Amino acid sequence: MKSITSLAVVAAFAASAVHANDPTLTIASWGGSYQEAQSKALFQPASQNTGISIKEETYGGMSDVRLQVSTGQVTLDIVVSGSGSASRAAAEGLLEELDYSVIDVSSFYPGLYSDHCVGGDVFSTVYAWNTDKFGESGPQSWADFFDVEKFPGTRAYRGKVAGALEPALMADGVAPEDVYAVLDSEEGIERAINKIRELKPNIAVFWTSGAQQAQLMKDAEVDMTTGWNGRFDNAKADGAKVAYSFNQALLDYDCFAIPKGAPNKDLAMKFLAEISKPEYQDDLPKYITYGPTNKAAYETGVIDAATAAGLPSSPENAAMQLPISLEWYAKWETTAAEMYQEMLTE
Amino acid sequence: MNATGLRRDEHMERLKLFGLSSPALMLVMVILVIPVGWLFYVSFIGADGSFSLENYERMITRKSYGRIFWTTFEVSLLTTGICILIGYPLAYFMSQLPPRLANLCLIAVLLPFWTSLLVRTYAWLVLLQKNGLVNNWAISLGLWDEPIKIVHNLNGTLIGMVHIMLPFLILPAYGAMRAIDRDYIKAAANLGASPRRAFWTVFFPLSTPGLFAGALMVFVLCLGFFVTPAVLGGGKVIMVSMKIVSNIELFVNWGAASALGVVLLVLTAGVLWIASRFVNLERATGGGGH
Repeated sequence: MKSITSLAVVAAFAASAVHANDPTLTIASWGGSYQEAQSKALFQPASQNTGISIKEETYGGMSDVRLQVSTGQVTLDIVVSGSGSASRAAAEGLLEELDYSVIDVSSFYPGLYSDHCVGGDVFSTVYAWNTDKFGESGPQSWADFFDVEKFPGTRAYRGKVAGALEPALMADGVAPEDVYAVLDSEEGIERAINKIRELKPNIAVFWTSGAQQAQLMKDAEVDMTTGWNGRFDNAKADGAKVAYSFNQALLDYDCFAIPKGAPNKDLAMKFLAEISKPEYQDDLPKYITYGPTNKAAYETGVIDAATAAGLPSSPENAAMQLPISLEWYAKWETTAAEMYQEMLTE
Repeated sequence: MNATGLRRDEHMERLKLFGLSSPALMLVMVILVIPVGWLFYVSFIGADGSFSLENYERMITRKSYGRIFWTTFEVSLLTTGICILIGYPLAYFMSQLPPRLANLCLIAVLLPFWTSLLVRTYAWLVLLQKNGLVNNWAISLGLWDEPIKIVHNLNGTLIGMVHIMLPFLILPAYGAMRAIDRDYIKAAANLGASPRRAFWTVFFPLSTPGLFAGALMVFVLCLGFFVTPAVLGGGKVIMVSMKIVSNIELFVNWGAASALGVVLLVLTAGVLWIASRFVNLERATGGGGH
């Protein structure tokens, strides 16, 4: 009896000693209400259930990772990234390859994970309008957004090329499924930019951040803008007169990656496997209106029908949208960005 | 003492002076010469890591780069001009006040320095936007009927930048004016000059070193502005510093951004060189005049 107790005591000590030596995972995200949502829905619960201790940080994006990897001083184990910058960073060799025998993506939407980055949430680039000016049923397509005779008023548009060309082509009459085929040449890119050139006299602001989209609509500085759906929901909750539609929106996702040479690579892989499970992903929409990347998260019963109807990745909404093509961005973004800059500075 | 002794002393003194200033020289070396040299070097590294002129070629083949440099100099020149038009009369007015009142005015000029640049920039956005205070008041006072576009364009950028740069012009100009002996003006009046004539032929020339010092500082600081044009320019006023940031994000090598820095540095040096043909820069920057 006595020996058993002492054994148990020794075991407890050993366990705690092991625990004290356990590495801490460092996770970097974008801060603000977005990271708060991730922390509450994914990071904290997963840390409790797996016993993996974590430390959260904010960071400045893949340029931080590039600096860490190129100087060999990698401190981050997991980073949150936009899908496009992640695929460029991967091509540059800044990211570890993910092990999908550890991370189960069998019930993920196709295309929402890549060799180096596993999707965490889905968001949409939508057109939003001032409901005081255009009512609840405002523009219903990109053609409407670009039509200043049917919908007179000022616009805001993105100051960077990402997510800016696809809408212009759809407004120019290209079917959503053909957009990336048309964009696959400098002429196609120029065609899209010319459409924006046409609208430019009515574009009062070229926005540069998500916070700015919300502010522009809240202060009624412009009558219509492009932007990320979650920002408009937040602005609406704050009293902004704003509505948006998922029709022809661009479906995009944020993802988790492991920087090359991360101090706790294997542990990070296990943690990613945990937070990719539907039972974590189904909590995310409670805190921000971004949808899960794991389809099974809709089947756990946690996301009710009303919430699902407002999420970018709900089956009905996803069907109306054009998924972003990472291949196109990897091939053309630099060229297109320089051409876009020509239009901006004219 | 003979001549050789004197020369030896002089030599010793120079060595001592050099020894005393060597920490400062080292510091300049480490924090200025080496990084700038590195910047030049990196700007010649292409995307594949080898020596290349592609970062400079891009600036020639793409028209937007020329326009961005043009905008940068245009905004900086306009800001400097407006600062002179507002700041010089204000400095003159302050220099004519009794010292106690002048000190109060100085505090008022300096006060904005205690507020962060970012806060002041966003404050202008709140004031100037379509449904901002300025438009709402003007409409309720009947000055104009429809909201006018004061921000998200060049106007807004200039308003914000002039507000931020004004103290940099007023302080040196005021300092120079305070140092002018009042008796010169009295002597001019005594010799029959009208107040206007006395100002333009006596006071103004004596105050120009301070004015040029301030204008130069404003101009050079403006060239590197980022936050104010980014927030108040509505994405349409694109200055070099903003392009440097977007090139770091866009291209996978530092050279693309470094080349922009190099060109800005060389152009600025060129402007200063041209300015030095017309103005005594050494005197304007407070160095020993001869």
